[in-house]
Amino acid sequence: MFCKDTRYKERILANTYMKAQNTQKHIVIIGNGISGITAARHIRKQSNHRITVISGETEHFFSRTALMYIFMGHMQYAHTKPYEDHFWAKNRIELKKAWVKNIDFTKKILYLEGGENMLYDQLILATGSKPNKFGWKGQDLAGVQGLYSYQDLESMEKYAPTTQKAVIVGGGLIGVEMAEMLSSRNIPVVFLVREDRFWGNVLPREEGELISRHLQEHHIDLRLNTELKEIISDEQGRAKAVMTSRGEEIPCQFVGLTAGVSPFIDFLKDSGIEINRGILVNEYLETSIPDVYAIGDCAERTTALEDRRAIEQVWYTGRMMGETLAKTICQQRTHYSPGHWFNSAKFFDIEYQTYGVVGAELAENEQTFYWEAKNGKCCLRINYDKNTETLTGMNVFGIRQRHEVWNKWLKAQKTIDEIIEYLPNANFDPEFSKQYEGEILVQYNQERGKKLKIKTKKGLFALLK
Amino acid sequence: MRLIQNFGLVFFILSFALFISALSLSHFQLSEQSLSKVISDEEKRQFFKEAAYGLMEKKYNSQFTFVAAMEQIRLQANQDIQVRYEMIEEEINIILSSNNPGKTYQINKAISTYAADSPIGAYKIQALKDYTGWLEGREFASAEELRNHLTAAVQHINQAIIEKKGFPDYDTKNFLFQLTKQSSGGFLPENSTLFLLLIFLGGTLGALLYIYLQGNRGTAGIKNDRIFQSGITHRGAIGIATGMFLIAFYVVLYFYPYYLTNWVILVDPISYALNGGEASQWFLYGILYTLAILVMGVRMVLKYRHSPYQIWRTGSVMFFQISFAFIIPQMLIALHLPYMDLKNIWPLDYDLFTPERLRAFIAAGNIGYLMLFWGILLTLVGVPLMVYFFGKRWYCSWVCGCGGLAETLGDPYRQLSDKSLGAWQLERYLVHAVLVFAVAMTGLMLYTFFTGSGQVLGISTYAIKETYGFLISSIFAGVVGTGFYPLMGNRVWCRFGCPLAAYLGLVQRFQSRFRITTNGGQCISCGNCSTYCEMGIDVRWYAQRGQDIVRSSCVGCGICSAVCPRGVLNLENGPTKDRLSSDPILIGNDGVSLNE
Ligand SMILES: Cc1cc2nc3c(=O)[nH]c(=O)nc-3n(C[C@H](O)[C@H](O)[C@H](O)COP(=O)(O)OP(=O)(O)OC[C@H]3O[C@@H](n4cnc5c(N)ncnc54)[C@H](O)[C@@H]3O)c2cc1C
Ligand code: SF4
Repeated sequence: MFCKDTRYKERILANTYMKAQNTQKHIVIIGNGISGITAARHIRKQSNHRITVISGETEHFFSRTALMYIFMGHMQYAHTKPYEDHFWAKNRIELKKAWVKNIDFTKKILYLEGGENMLYDQLILATGSKPNKFGWKGQDLAGVQGLYSYQDLESMEKYAPTTQKAVIVGGGLIGVEMAEMLSSRNIPVVFLVREDRFWGNVLPREEGELISRHLQEHHIDLRLNTELKEIISDEQGRAKAVMTSRGEEIPCQFVGLTAGVSPFIDFLKDSGIEINRGILVNEYLETSIPDVYAIGDCAERTTALEDRRAIEQVWYTGRMMGETLAKTICQQRTHYSPGHWFNSAKFFDIEYQTYGVVGAELAENEQTFYWEAKNGKCCLRINYDKNTETLTGMNVFGIRQRHEVWNKWLKAQKTIDEIIEYLPNANFDPEFSKQYEGEILVQYNQERGKKLKIKTKKGLFALLK
Repeated sequence: MRLIQNFGLVFFILSFALFISALSLSHFQLSEQSLSKVISDEEKRQFFKEAAYGLMEKKYNSQFTFVAAMEQIRLQANQDIQVRYEMIEEEINIILSSNNPGKTYQINKAISTYAADSPIGAYKIQALKDYTGWLEGREFASAEELRNHLTAAVQHINQAIIEKKGFPDYDTKNFLFQLTKQSSGGFLPENSTLFLLLIFLGGTLGALLYIYLQGNRGTAGIKNDRIFQSGITHRGAIGIATGMFLIAFYVVLYFYPYYLTNWVILVDPISYALNGGEASQWFLYGILYTLAILVMGVRMVLKYRHSPYQIWRTGSVMFFQISFAFIIPQMLIALHLPYMDLKNIWPLDYDLFTPERLRAFIAAGNIGYLMLFWGILLTLVGVPLMVYFFGKRWYCSWVCGCGGLAETLGDPYRQLSDKSLGAWQLERYLVHAVLVFAVAMTGLMLYTFFTGSGQVLGISTYAIKETYGFLISSIFAGVVGTGFYPLMGNRVWCRFGCPLAAYLGLVQRFQSRFRITTNGGQCISCGNCSTYCEMGIDVRWYAQRGQDIVRSSCVGCGICSAVCPRGVLNLENGPTKDRLSSDPILIGNDGVSLNE
């Protein structure tokens, strides 16, 4: 009932706006990822503009984050499409599968591969990212690739059957996903990580070690403090081994390059739009050229936001930028102001969530509290301000936490004492799960010589009281 | 380890092969003994024997030829019986001539033309009393008219002969089943204990060995690798073959049970031990059903061993199957009490209010009344109260037998459910239509019980019940509901057909504390939750817009929450205030408030 209602509502809303504004514009969006599609959906809800979404990758929007599950056989490509195919026509969002080769911003013309052109009134650049390649020797050999696009997935499918051993370079989130993918096909994986622990530029030592242990439990051959020197080719031009910075040659038929991503904006290099690493945008997501906006992975903000990086390559920011920009285009110019940072991931069996900011190293004004369960698979870190004792950020592994509650605590600048006392409110684990708040409290009291008590219970009744 | 595991699998497959071939390991022979067990009426038995002339003691090696022959004999016996008891034109003439001057009917005179001390005479006298009583003393305009009335009555009498004296069609299934079972002899019946052990014990142990070693491998966590790449779980050859087998099994079980007698013979000893009587095909089905839930329940527990919710829930369906669905009803039979699965709730237990069962309850005295009261209590109070507090899951995925099978045997197929909007529309029409059908059918049954009339508006109430039983209970719940597991997912019946699920769902939708909470803005639209929803709910549709999920069909299995890689979903009971109207919130974006 909901489902139908809301779709219906979207049309009603659009009709209302149609009466309000009779100037219809053609809004073209390059990129059908989460940012571009969110913008399109929200523009449709709020206006009667003509909307076209162009992408060279796939015909329909799919969830990039689910690429691994297709490879592992948890899902098929169709399952990763968040909307049924008839959704787009019904909501009058035109789809075009093509690569944009060039843009003439003065004439407002897009030049598509294959010779077609397209005119726009307003243009949204939501072109996403591409995997980093740092100029390694052999980085373009067959069997060497990153994991970002649907085509990357197809390429993995192509090489996996002839791979006896794989090497993954760069220990981040996509690296682990690749490791999990290959493991699911019983392909042994060697993981080269530059730091002394997994994801060492993001995770504090304990968390990094927890995940490192878990990877080893899954038989991932983790090589810490090791970098890639070069990839060695066989006679057919396919990778046959890698050489590491430690001088070791590791035979392999597949090399995964997962040392981060960067904005996918090569086609804009000489188009006249201002670019640094990404497409530069102000706080309204406007680029240097009128009527042209950029959102998602490809956008680089020129105005600093507290605790936020200039380019944030995550799903949620793409979505929030899309929401904000739709409002700017349809109603009033709106600041992009994401709230507190949050993110989540899963490393094989261990889920991870983070709220607020937790760096790999403590900031000068910060103090930390870290608890780890005896099984070594769950942990909680709370960082707080040394002086005010107010929350600055948290990491949690193996326990689910309620976004709403941590967001509220961050906003309200709760002290760590209060948080420890009300920790069950944030528990989002399924019913019957083991609860750790008591253990956490005991350790906290011990470490800080306090006598706090748990003041609430898990669940909606205690939370909404 | 792999070796032992594969050994378990091979053992299971061998047991299964033996199970299938067991169907043909008997020969069949009509004998005095088997006949006297099946046909208690001596005269009827005699007719059957005469019709079987030359075939008594003949050995049949094939069940098919035996059943076919028995059916021929049955028809022949019926013909003979018909001839023997039939009233002919000549008799009508005699009756009429006894009724001088021929315009008024007098039943006593009619009766007096027959000898009361012969069986045939006695039968006809009774028949005349039953069918022509209403003509008594009536004067007709002409003798012709009286003749017409009498001829019509005699036609009715003749039509009822088989039902009263012969082997009526409606009982064929049961008659042939009993006859076949009692006439079985040879290798299997003589070694039934050996077969029982090899097939049931061996098959179970082999399966458990495989499942245990397979399921315990690796670390605890979501194990969905290769599900869409394997033909077993994704409608490949093995999947389709499994579906075909299940469909065939249900068709034979419901409509041709006499081909399954060898299996039933195997479980006879268990039946004797539990309730003191012989096994029927339903007893066999009960054993297979319970074993399936137990063995596949172990698999379920191992697969989700990181999730206490799944462990408790699976333990619960296993418990209710063994005790409430299997052991307790057997004990009721042993105690000569009415059969009842005490956790089966009307309208899923669709014949709870049929005259037969009501009479059985009443006949059982206080305990019978108590049982009936319990059934009514569950429907009227149990459902709304429990759904209010916990959602419909308390029944559908913790207690129910159909749900129990779906959650254990059916778990490998949950991803095959259709998630499209169209399927959802069909679901809502269909499941509520079945509910209406069940309510109407039950109303008619109660009408029949209280008024004694089997007709409403010229339609037989029993015919409506039979139709329900055939279409809904046999075809929909059985053949389609379970047979289609490997083809359309494990909850086809629960989703599209179960009237109780529809009732529970209505309460859950409008009056319950249960919902699936969405965790702020954490959803990455990956689609795992929707893919693994056995009820075909597009969970992601709600999760990605930050909306809690309140859907009548949700059975609360909790798998969406388990497979979500970002910890977005949680099954929760909470205050009912704002449960339905809560606006979607995607936490994180302070610049835009989303009131979609
Ligand atoms: C494997 C993987 C897992 C991830 N997991 C997570 C996660 O768990 N959580 C999280 O927050 N983030 C995750 N991310 C990151 C997240 O997916 C991205 O941040 C997000 O998808 C970016 O969305 P976007 O709309 O900006 O761009 P994209 O999704 O990249 O969409 C851009 C589209 O534009 C197309 N395009 C680009 N240029 C052109 C052109 N010239 N002409 C036509 N089309 C063009 C591209 O082909 C692409 O289809 C993951 C990413 C990957 C690759
Ligand atoms: S499984 Fe979780 S993250 Fe994936 S779509 Fe469902 S709710 Fe969102």
